Amino acid sequence: MSIEDLDRGAIERIVALATNFGQVADRPIKKLPSLRGRLVINLFYEASTRTRSSFELAAKRLSADVLNLVASGSSVEKGESLRDTVATLSAYGPDAIVIRSPHAGAPALVAGWTHAAVVNAGDGKHQHPTQALLDCYTLKQRLGSLDGCKIWIVGDVAHSRVARSCIQAFRLLGAQVTVAGPPTLVPDEFGQLGVTVRHSLDELREADVVYALRMQLERMDDSLIPSLREYTTHFQINSRRLGARQLLMHPGPVNRGIELSGEVIDSPQALITHQVAAGVVVRMAVLYEVLAGATPERGAPDSQSPALEPQTA
Amino acid sequence: MSALVAVPRPPAELLLRGAHVLDPNAGIDGAHDVLVRDGEIAEIGAPASLQAPVGAQVVEAEGKHLFPGFVDPHVHLRSPGGEHKEDLETGTRAAAAGGYCAVVAMPNTDPVLDHPALLRGLLLAAGRDARIPVGFMAAISIGLAGERLTAMSELREAGAVGFTDDGKPVVSAGLLRHALRYQLMCGGVLALHEEDPALSGAGVMHEGSLSVELGLAGIPSISESTMIARDALIAGHENGRVHFQHLSARSSVDALAAARARGVRASGEVTPHHLLLTDEQVRTLDTNFKMNPPLRTEDDRAALIDALRDGTIECIATDHAPHARDEKDVPFEQAPMGTTGLESSFAVLYTELVLPGVIGLALLLERLTAGARLLELEVPAIAVGRSANLALFDLEARWTIGEAGYESRSSNCCFAGREVRGRNLLTLADGAVAYRERAFALSAA
Repeated sequence: MSIEDLDRGAIERIVALATNFGQVADRPIKKLPSLRGRLVINLFYEASTRTRSSFELAAKRLSADVLNLVASGSSVEKGESLRDTVATLSAYGPDAIVIRSPHAGAPALVAGWTHAAVVNAGDGKHQHPTQALLDCYTLKQRLGSLDGCKIWIVGDVAHSRVARSCIQAFRLLGAQVTVAGPPTLVPDEFGQLGVTVRHSLDELREADVVYALRMQLERMDDSLIPSLREYTTHFQINSRRLGARQLLMHPGPVNRGIELSGEVIDSPQALITHQVAAGVVVRMAVLYEVLAGATPERGAPDSQSPALEPQTA
Repeated sequence: MSALVAVPRPPAELLLRGAHVLDPNAGIDGAHDVLVRDGEIAEIGAPASLQAPVGAQVVEAEGKHLFPGFVDPHVHLRSPGGEHKEDLETGTRAAAAGGYCAVVAMPNTDPVLDHPALLRGLLLAAGRDARIPVGFMAAISIGLAGERLTAMSELREAGAVGFTDDGKPVVSAGLLRHALRYQLMCGGVLALHEEDPALSGAGVMHEGSLSVELGLAGIPSISESTMIARDALIAGHENGRVHFQHLSARSSVDALAAARARGVRASGEVTPHHLLLTDEQVRTLDTNFKMNPPLRTEDDRAALIDALRDGTIECIATDHAPHARDEKDVPFEQAPMGTTGLESSFAVLYTELVLPGVIGLALLLERLTAGARLLELEVPAIAVGRSANLALFDLEARWTIGEAGYESRSSNCCFAGREVRGRNLLTLADGAVAYRERAFALSAA
């Protein structure tokens, strides 16, 4: 549901599990039988390329059956409520429902309405826990440990579920987190989450890791930033600002030339494609964690059920 | 001009024996027998001094408290158009159960109460369905659109208690000014829901550290207080009479106090939920805690209690806002705003403000009845010759809000599950029995 549900031990367990799955990913045959016969439903109320495809791939690599539902073209578009949709999908007897919603708290609500395990694939501007887990995995692969590591999260922190989950997860692993951006996008209230708030990149050199966030173009319409040009002048991560030993991350998709300059995206310091690869193995670990070992609640259909009798009329 | 209408009921013939009668408005505080004849308070005497006339019922009320019935200047009865949430019958039944003897309904219905013919129809409906007298506020602007003034004078003649665009602010200062000038001619309080849409934006909760943490869009306190400051200046300029609805923030209280100090004819109301709850409740994303204005901080709550105590805020209103279960059973950001409150208001306020000694019982009763005075309606009083508007409470009774369901059609109560003290046993409204607790017996004389 949320990084808040996890402690340091749980994050490290998932990262270790993902490391094991990562070794499988290097084999010619990448599939494991762990979740054979299990049904995973991906219920996506928002457009998503990498999260949805990596959840799908993760479930398939574990041999689960996968059903993908996106808001457009489904009954959702016809005005069905979330509760009714979940009741309908639950009738298929899924073992897990992976949900992406534009609304905070939707996964927790869904969990109250279904017997299936529920995985939060991003809810509103609230949480995106698997993104934070894959970022932890990526950094631990590279650095070994995050203890004492200085991580700067730069950009539209206020509207970012990734930032909220990453702040919590990085801090749980011992990192010191700074958030930076203009005050309209990085309000001082973030200080109460245990991070340092900066409104300039003057001190960016202290960072071991620079984590840039995607700048939504509609922020200009809300007058939260006056112009993209001004934003890039102050907050773009480019080769002038990024030091040689600093690592660069981004949750994607990147606005090339806005939050990141082209040359840093393609630099060896950028872990962006590593993050994408990590997405699959970490989501394998998450699905395995919530499903493996647990016996299916409804395995064989109940032969006594009259609904399953052959129709006679 | 204001019409309050209920179903005609047989006037009560009732002797209440030995209750502790407490009515700060009438200046009465002690054990008394109270005789109600033909719906009027006929006699008030020493305990065991009055005899029940033939045909009257007797209530053995020793150890119980008899209060004046409460008046709520701000409820949503959802009729017409929202009868799946509430209607005149269920809403007034909920009010009677909470000890209310009169309520005033808001005009943000479908269609909006913005035309005299609609008001006449609603008053007829109230005469068929309302268990206690109900009055209606008419809209300030046609369709609550904030553009054109309603026929205020005609609406007053048809019985409108006053005017409000509740649910929405009157954004146009010019329109408000015209309404205030019309008020000079036709009367009727202007009740204002204060909010600057440019500051509230798409906000769904109080803007503060919790909204930042949860990633929910916030509604800052200044959205309310800047509009109160503006409208108090306009009202002062026009010498108009304004009532600020559901105050939620310290800065709003400050703006109201400053206006009153300047002599502006302004009053304010506060809800039980803003007096007792803070934005911390929203952490669970339970949609019963989504209301407008939003629950704010502990500091705001303290300021509201102080203002209630010192009289800056003169009355308590529930802003009873029922919503159907399936409407609230959605993610927090999508849920409609509002909580029910008529059935729980006295019990939660008595339990959490009076019992710990934050405010006195007499003050609570005064604030639960003062809405009548502010809307220029008759204030209930326990006095000989007055119509019987009474609520008999057992202050020792312990119960849990919502444990036995609600009289309201909706169950979106932000106090659900709270253990409280103080239970209403009997309500008389305008001389007739409007509510009797199921297990509470009346006996023949």
